[in-house]
Amino acid sequence: MEVTRTKVEGDLRVRQLKAQQLLRGELEGEDLEREVEQRLLFTRFEVAQNWARKNALFPLGFGLACCAIEMITVIGSPRNDLSRFGAEVTRFSPRQADLLILSGRVSIKMAPIIRRLYDQMLEPKWVIAMGACSSTAGMFNNYAVVQGADKFMPVDVYVPGCPPRPEALIYGIMKLQDKIMGNPGMGWRERYRAEGTEEIA
Amino acid sequence: MTEALDVPYRERERSVTMQSIGEEHDELLTINIGPHHPATHGVLRLLTTLEGEIVRDVKPIIGYVHTGIEKSCEDQQYWKVIPFVERMDYLSYYFNAMAFCMAVERLLDEEVPERAQWLRVIHLELNRIASHLFWIATGSLDIGAITMLWWGCRDRDLALDLFEMSGGQRFHTRYFQVGGVVEDIPPGFEEMTRRFIKTMRVRIPQYLSLLDRNEIWLQRTKGTGIVPAEDLLAFGVTGPLLRAAGHPWDLRKATPYSGYENFDFNVPVGTVGDNYDRFRVRVDEMLESLKIIEQALDGLPEGPYITTNRKVALPPRHELATSMEALIHHFKLVTEGFRVPPGETYAAVESPRGELGCYVLADGSAKPARVHVRDPSFVNLQALPEMARGHLLADFITCIAMLDPILGGVDR
Amino acid sequence: MPDATGLELIAQRVREKVGDEAVTGTVFHRRHATLDVAPPSVRDVLAHLRDDEGEPWDQLMSVHGVDYLPEEPRLGIHYELLSMERADRLNVRTRVSTEEPHVPTVVDLYPTADFHEREVFDMFGVVFDGHPDMRRILMPEDYEGYPQRRDFPMGGEPVIYTFNEPKLPRWYD
Repeated sequence: MEVTRTKVEGDLRVRQLKAQQLLRGELEGEDLEREVEQRLLFTRFEVAQNWARKNALFPLGFGLACCAIEMITVIGSPRNDLSRFGAEVTRFSPRQADLLILSGRVSIKMAPIIRRLYDQMLEPKWVIAMGACSSTAGMFNNYAVVQGADKFMPVDVYVPGCPPRPEALIYGIMKLQDKIMGNPGMGWRERYRAEGTEEIA
Repeated sequence: MTEALDVPYRERERSVTMQSIGEEHDELLTINIGPHHPATHGVLRLLTTLEGEIVRDVKPIIGYVHTGIEKSCEDQQYWKVIPFVERMDYLSYYFNAMAFCMAVERLLDEEVPERAQWLRVIHLELNRIASHLFWIATGSLDIGAITMLWWGCRDRDLALDLFEMSGGQRFHTRYFQVGGVVEDIPPGFEEMTRRFIKTMRVRIPQYLSLLDRNEIWLQRTKGTGIVPAEDLLAFGVTGPLLRAAGHPWDLRKATPYSGYENFDFNVPVGTVGDNYDRFRVRVDEMLESLKIIEQALDGLPEGPYITTNRKVALPPRHELATSMEALIHHFKLVTEGFRVPPGETYAAVESPRGELGCYVLADGSAKPARVHVRDPSFVNLQALPEMARGHLLADFITCIAMLDPILGGVDR
Repeated sequence: MPDATGLELIAQRVREKVGDEAVTGTVFHRRHATLDVAPPSVRDVLAHLRDDEGEPWDQLMSVHGVDYLPEEPRLGIHYELLSMERADRLNVRTRVSTEEPHVPTVVDLYPTADFHEREVFDMFGVVFDGHPDMRRILMPEDYEGYPQRRDFPMGGEPVIYTFNEPKLPRWYD
């Protein structure tokens, strides 16, 4: 996030007094201008909007199979919990949620329902395919499982694992946050200087 | 009309009673508590026919997580079937693997060494505790006691740490193999398990003090969802539901398997068969499981942790350097797998939800010809219409929570 | 399990009570007892096994289908019975062919068979005459084919390795 900022002068007690006066409206004229200038952040509107969006993701309460148990552990367990990212509020109505975590195997009977849920969500919306079964079909290469959720809906982040550890899901959500901010990590392309080799579909 | 408006508003309100919409009112409303719903414990679709708020009929529609596991198993070698079967009832993964391994060991006529049996019992009971903890976490979330969600998930993490120590993964560890377990428990496992037992012995009474003396919880669970034991038996329901109704049937006591006859434990049985009894039976089962784990740790025998029959189990790594037969056995087992003589059998274990049975048909090759799992949730779901009839919608949600269906097992 | 002689005695009693052509054989393998019956008399045999005073098999635990493909008749239906007083299990098996896959239903004797029979119909195509709601239960209602028969293809996609990557059609073709 690009910010320009000037440092506030004085030690802590002086700064606190000045801030108190500013809030109470007791400063006038030049004093007021100087204090306000020292506390301003400058950035672009889109950046601020993305920052707000990434820190307040509302996941849709949606779980299909075993990965759902790990997802509930991420949301509900005190050890790895999603509240630290501001995403603890799971809304159960798709109109109120913006993150769909597809946790579990997608069977052919369930696929149109998931598509309908995704269509009901309002923009901006993101999808995390959690686990091997929703990214590709995992170990289920058969008649009853859709071979990957990206066959019928766009997916932003794939989290591998069967089921992925809660830490892996949190890493996936952090990657999604980077993507929302606009600079998704390039991963191995950075390390091997392979910019320009991405496939754009 | 103008005369009516002269009457003050409060008096007009009081004269409107609901008596005309009484018992004779026959308008039934069928709504769809759809596959995506916070309270259905997975993707279960319920076509509910309501009269006002009272449930008159429920039709469960399943199949939204059908993964064709049974068909996939026909294409895999026997030891590769174990991860597939584990993912059916995805909260009690060790029980699925146990039923399958018992069936295949019976077909092979294979004897499981005693240490392996006791290790299996320890892991099965730990999984029972983990499953009940998750049940109480999500069940209480449905009923409204949200604190139990945090407590249940927190303690479940402790049990999953133990699984990670022994099996390498929190979930779906492929720890049970045909003939025993895949690896011995590491040093430090016993101490951590004892610490876990001590912690749980303090925490389970805390859960009871939160829920059991809570007036709202008692009013919501006592007296709701009563089905008499004969009806449950007609529906084929087993497990804590049947025990809560007063019928003491537990496969660990009736047909002991894998060394359960060596342990001294009680089976909690309820009296009335309402949701409160189901809740208490499961919480008491957790305490009994702690007893079993403690006895198993105290008396764990020495010995091999997997059968020494090299035609079925992989030889230990150090033998591969010295013995040619071990190398050949290893090669055959890894590439082709062991062959099972033709036959069919059915083996059942007592999972946290009821009787989990596995039917295996072998045709002499290295891949099973048919694997079918009799899942307890599939059968228990048939009792749901009976449980819900005549109750309010809120009590219906309590019934589903106390029924503890796991849709992975229902749909397979 | 009843042992081999117990199984023979059960078979003999069923032959006496229900009829001689009902029981077509017994199999006792690895402590698992199976009673083979002919398809039209399945219901009578199960009713006898449940109601007769000498026969305590009052619980039906599972109804499942099997496809014995190279052998005829192809489809088998197993009824897994449990006796709670004796802690004993008995398996009753019938075989039908795919041309005539009709078996009488046992839903009125054992209400638990409802979902089980629907699943056998869904996966194998065996029609249970008299079942109140013979519909598909696990697959979508308009699905064609019976997935768990041995000759039904496994489905899914071919896995892409380097040796077959150029030959498989990709999504951008």
